Amino acid sequence: MKRGARVAFGGAIHEALEHVGGVRLADGRVLAEEQLVWLPPFEVGTIVALGINYVDHAKELAKELTIGSKDEPLAFLKAPNTLVGHRGFTRRPADATFMHYECELAVVIGKTAKKVARGDAMRFVAGYTVANDYAVRDYLENWYRPNLRSKNRDGCTALGPWLVDAADVPDPHALELRTLVNGKLTQRGNTRDLINDVPALIEYLSSFMTLAPGDVILTGTPEGVINVMPGDEVVTEIDGIGRLVNTIVGDALFDR
Amino acid sequence: MHSTPSRGTVYGTLLNHRDALAALGAAVHAPPYNAPPTAPVLYIKPRNTWVGAGEAVVVPAGVDELEIGATLGLVIGRTACRVREAEALSFVAGYVIVNDVSIPHASFYRPSLRFKARDTFCAIGPVVRRDAVGSPDALGISVAIDGEIVHRCGTAGLIRPAARLLAEVSEFMTLSPGDVLSVGVAAGAPRARAGQRVSIKIDALGRLENPLVAEQVST
Repeated sequence: MKRGARVAFGGAIHEALEHVGGVRLADGRVLAEEQLVWLPPFEVGTIVALGINYVDHAKELAKELTIGSKDEPLAFLKAPNTLVGHRGFTRRPADATFMHYECELAVVIGKTAKKVARGDAMRFVAGYTVANDYAVRDYLENWYRPNLRSKNRDGCTALGPWLVDAADVPDPHALELRTLVNGKLTQRGNTRDLINDVPALIEYLSSFMTLAPGDVILTGTPEGVINVMPGDEVVTEIDGIGRLVNTIVGDALFDR
Repeated sequence: MHSTPSRGTVYGTLLNHRDALAALGAAVHAPPYNAPPTAPVLYIKPRNTWVGAGEAVVVPAGVDELEIGATLGLVIGRTACRVREAEALSFVAGYVIVNDVSIPHASFYRPSLRFKARDTFCAIGPVVRRDAVGSPDALGISVAIDGEIVHRCGTAGLIRPAARLLAEVSEFMTLSPGDVLSVGVAAGAPRARAGQRVSIKIDALGRLENPLVAEQVST
């Protein structure tokens, strides 16, 4: 089982591997999780995210879906300003009334993928990580949903801790996901309930956009999203992939 | 002088021309929109869409025409987070011509990435230094197809002129050196077909020309 990370330690950025009690840097040093600054576990390229890709979440959001059933995945793009790693911090604007996490399986592309057929698609997957993709619903507008002010905010997409090799995940469609806010279980789902599964997403996206190594697909979130407040510790975890910790912080830290 | 910073993220701005918003009429108050946009509405042109001057824009099989979105891009020169409008342009290293290509589509609600994020759907260049351009808010733009001018617009009719746009965007997301923020496409964007050459001219920036070629479909 190979689980890799990218961390900052001692004034440098390091590749690291999971090790008993923490990580082992490529240079041999073994360190505890708390000693490190965790970065997203790979060099992130284009970030594609999916809206409403679990049946139950679709029901949960039904009241705001002013357009009916879809015939293709609801995909949108995000930019690198959104990224933070494991044990990172995400700002909650003071005027928000509903900001929620989204626990998602992130699929990392390993090879250039263009017009890939479903049957070949899994060969283009390098591995998987956990994503926590926050939204501030107060800022959602009905133009180019989800508009970037709601969904592309600085630090609102946590990724990590590990990039898990695809070879070590025999079935990415049988993974339990859950979110715990301050230790309390608030969201639970299973990737078997994905409306568009991993090969379907790769086939769909690569039919019109060439995917490159480092591109990542955030596959959407199941039901159970609740409001989070400054000080909350939000743990999104996926069995066999990782446990991603994020802390919500307020405007004051940002001199706002 | 032309400089080519390594490129970060390319953002487009939706409906930032008064005429483009006006063209929607009362529809902005009706479902699914229910209200006009209040904050800047942006979208991302990912790296697979980027081509340079002279490179082909591919017209997908089964698509007759592409919409040619001629616009001015602000090339960010230093990290811009919560910048004030009065100083916003000092964060701009230069300007660039952007051909923000789309498959024509009617809805602005949740348009598919298929329409805007396809390979080759964002031609960019050349970059011109800020001090060689002057004000970004009074630049004439023209689009020629096969040498004939088919569309004239400019940056004078913006709801949010360049500095204000950058200031408002940087309130909710940080822009980094190499990022490009385009100011938006005017109403009446022209369309072009495979086999035609599209040339966009912006005052003080020069010209960006790209051929449209039909997608090769393997059998």
